[in-house]
Amino acid sequence: MLAVVGVGSQEELYAEIPETVRLRAPLDLPAGISESELFAELRRLAGANSPAGAMVSFLGAGAYDHYVPAVVDAITGRSEFATAYTPYQPERSQGVLQSIFEYQTAICELTGLPVANASMYDAGTALAEAVMIAVTQTGRKRVLVSRGVHPEYRQVLATETAGLALEIAEAACDDGVTAAALRAADTAAVVLQQPNFFGGLEDMATAARAAHDAGALFIAVVDPIALGILAPPGDYGADIAVGDGQALGNPLNFGGPYLGFMAVGEALVRRLPGRLVGETVDVEGRRGFVLTLQTREQHIRREKATSNICSNHALNALAALVYLSWLGKQGLPELGLLCARKADYLRARLLEIPGVAPYTAGPIVREFALRLPRPAAGIISALAERGYLAGVDAGRFYAGLDDVLVLAVTERRTRAEMDAFAGALADELATPGADRG
Amino acid sequence: MASTIYERSRPGRRAFSLPPCDVPERRLEELLPETLRRHAPARLPEVSEVQLVRHFTELSTLDYGVDTGPYPLGSCTMKYNPKINERVAALEGLRDLHPYQPESLAQGALELMYTLERWLAEIAGLAATTLQPAAGAHGELTGLLLMRAYHEARGRAPHKIVIPDTAHGTNPASVVMAGYEALSVRSDGRGGIDMDELAAALDGDVAGLMLTNPNTLGLFDEHIVAIAETVHAVGGLLYYDGANTNAVLGLSRPGDMGFDIVHFNTHKTFSTPHGGGGPGAGPIVVRDTLAAFLPVPVIVREADGRYRFDYDRPQSIGKVRTFYGNFAVLVRAYAYIRALGGEGLRTASEAAVLNANYVLAGIRDLFDVPYDRRCMHEFVVSAEPLKQYGVKALDLAKRLLDYGVHPPTTYFPLIVPEALMIEPTETESKDELDRVIAAIRAAVDDAARDPELLTTAPHTMPVGRLDEVGAARHPVLRQRFPEDGV
Repeated sequence: MLAVVGVGSQEELYAEIPETVRLRAPLDLPAGISESELFAELRRLAGANSPAGAMVSFLGAGAYDHYVPAVVDAITGRSEFATAYTPYQPERSQGVLQSIFEYQTAICELTGLPVANASMYDAGTALAEAVMIAVTQTGRKRVLVSRGVHPEYRQVLATETAGLALEIAEAACDDGVTAAALRAADTAAVVLQQPNFFGGLEDMATAARAAHDAGALFIAVVDPIALGILAPPGDYGADIAVGDGQALGNPLNFGGPYLGFMAVGEALVRRLPGRLVGETVDVEGRRGFVLTLQTREQHIRREKATSNICSNHALNALAALVYLSWLGKQGLPELGLLCARKADYLRARLLEIPGVAPYTAGPIVREFALRLPRPAAGIISALAERGYLAGVDAGRFYAGLDDVLVLAVTERRTRAEMDAFAGALADELATPGADRG
Repeated sequence: MASTIYERSRPGRRAFSLPPCDVPERRLEELLPETLRRHAPARLPEVSEVQLVRHFTELSTLDYGVDTGPYPLGSCTMKYNPKINERVAALEGLRDLHPYQPESLAQGALELMYTLERWLAEIAGLAATTLQPAAGAHGELTGLLLMRAYHEARGRAPHKIVIPDTAHGTNPASVVMAGYEALSVRSDGRGGIDMDELAAALDGDVAGLMLTNPNTLGLFDEHIVAIAETVHAVGGLLYYDGANTNAVLGLSRPGDMGFDIVHFNTHKTFSTPHGGGGPGAGPIVVRDTLAAFLPVPVIVREADGRYRFDYDRPQSIGKVRTFYGNFAVLVRAYAYIRALGGEGLRTASEAAVLNANYVLAGIRDLFDVPYDRRCMHEFVVSAEPLKQYGVKALDLAKRLLDYGVHPPTTYFPLIVPEALMIEPTETESKDELDRVIAAIRAAVDDAARDPELLTTAPHTMPVGRLDEVGAARHPVLRQRFPEDGV
């Protein structure tokens, strides 16, 4: 091959790299290993963790331990999907294009909004992009975000928009739901999460009206499983809905990759970031699918693009679509109701324990927060030793909420597990444990 | 064409099974007030499990992946994705970890991330890594936010970022998202940055420069040392768009070239699957002067060998995504680097460069070669000579589909008319390269003999050429259900 290329050595191929920037020492990395050694090493690393299956988990807060059916792995594992690039050649990519079209449809159906993009990185980045849409659309620089929105989503919003000189104001969320009086004047967007970080259910319709009265857009951060039983954003007039699709057939994976979803009203279609698939016909009139409205995108518009995003989380979106197709029209509400019943049961059981009080007092669907008589961090550590992932310590995000524990209940938790967990928590709280707090 | 999953739906069919309700069966009406409830179910498909599997299996057969055949899509580094990486990423002890489980129960995951950070720093020739960005473009935004924080900490507020005209479109788009203004500089006659233009563009208002090296023409910028010096001289920083790192692993490090911030596309350089458009991962590595600004949390290793997340970083820019990064993608990147080792990575880059030069030698007589230099891992030729037959680069690409080869990137970079950008990668053997060369030669032969074969191509795909203009003019972006009317 060297002869065909017309060089005498491999070294000659690098003749154009200046000598001063050539690396003359080997990289300081471990030497390569065989596949069996590699498997052993990764098994060792995996073995140093305690996966959800080895514990009884009540962890949620943006990542949920729902069962992932086998069909999801079977489909997303097909290498035609997994090892393809972005579908730039539509005639040879109809499978992924059609699946994205079907995914967009599913997100429209879930959210009750007419247009959804092909997916984004996660809920936090989707929220940041939604706010950027609102800022462009309204020409305003102020944003009002409830403190009930996941603290990490808010942190991502603040970081990603750091160069845009926005004023991000917070609406109080002191008793598990956002304060009713929203100061929406002069804002580009009002943002609430349903259910919120504490599992509380917000009055989204009233918040949407307050936003619209002030000429602001209303952005709803929503949970796709809860949308099986909760009113969709389209019903209460949201202009943009975003959320995390992890719960739809995507494993926990220590935080990623998940998928952010985004749906908007017709008025905002041309401001959408990211990929969008549309239906069309070929030269013979046969139906086909293409990437469309690409004049919004960075590879065409460069600095005038709606966003820098040049990928989606296609394989995660495919998992979400397969999962939603597995559940179907009946299964999603059934799952939503099952989680709501179990969460309701567990909350009632835990509230029987002396010293435990509700933080989110109203209706819940999968997640809820409790006030404990001692700091949550110590309780979480103690219960981990008993095999429970008890929940998330709200104090890690909210000053003054060190005694608030946020718990999630998926369909995987049995009554027996919940009863045993209630017993373990009661036990722990009955033990003098101030030293642990 | 395949029916959609919604068209296959029939009322009452189901694939799902849920555990029985073992708690009191309170009615939805008791659990949720009327105003909060959903009143019409989402019209999700109702299909049996076998229908579901057949539907998506049918769709998969319409696609083309690296496992299907050669994929010389320039700038995308479509190398083979080793199967072992999928197996290890599926280990329960890595896959089923909740991001908020106690650190003591995730020591293996933290060790893996900590180690990968150090490996990436070594490969980049820089000091500190964040694994948080979800993709290359996301790494760019993160890097630009780091630049902003760096300048602010020095009491400066420059406004401009310099970008060569060969840059990926994500570069200028990221610049605007980060609140900067993009300043484009032209390339010179050898395809590198025009040094006079650069000198004219640089002043105290320049926050930094973004550069891909080798650039999108597949050419190594010979002036890189001087470029770095002049940018640093006005107080600017150098950002390395790592899209083309596959050319130089273990051969030349961005840090040694003078770059201050580097992103890697794990889905290009480190063999993680592209997934039809993602997920990828875009970790970035920075010089020690920028380490304090990296997103939180940072993983630290204690004296006793335990790992923990450190959120107490007062100068940090914050968080660019939820949780810690695309962990399962990073597991695959770890496995790839571990399997190859330093020498293996170097060998991979050498093969990538040799393969690109071999394909160029096999087809250069057919096209215009805009910059007659030694290419690195990819090259760009112009299909202008085909215009004599009334054939465009796009037509050639579509004809290649008929020959069973994925076409190259077309019409990029923008400075080369009728561009064909070809990147064979190191994982194609000589046989496959010869197949790619033969397919391109055959398609060009067709152009001379029967141009209509190209202008009406493809002929063997499930659909012919699609009406993209119509799709944009009258967007149909979701399933139309019969009850919606038209």
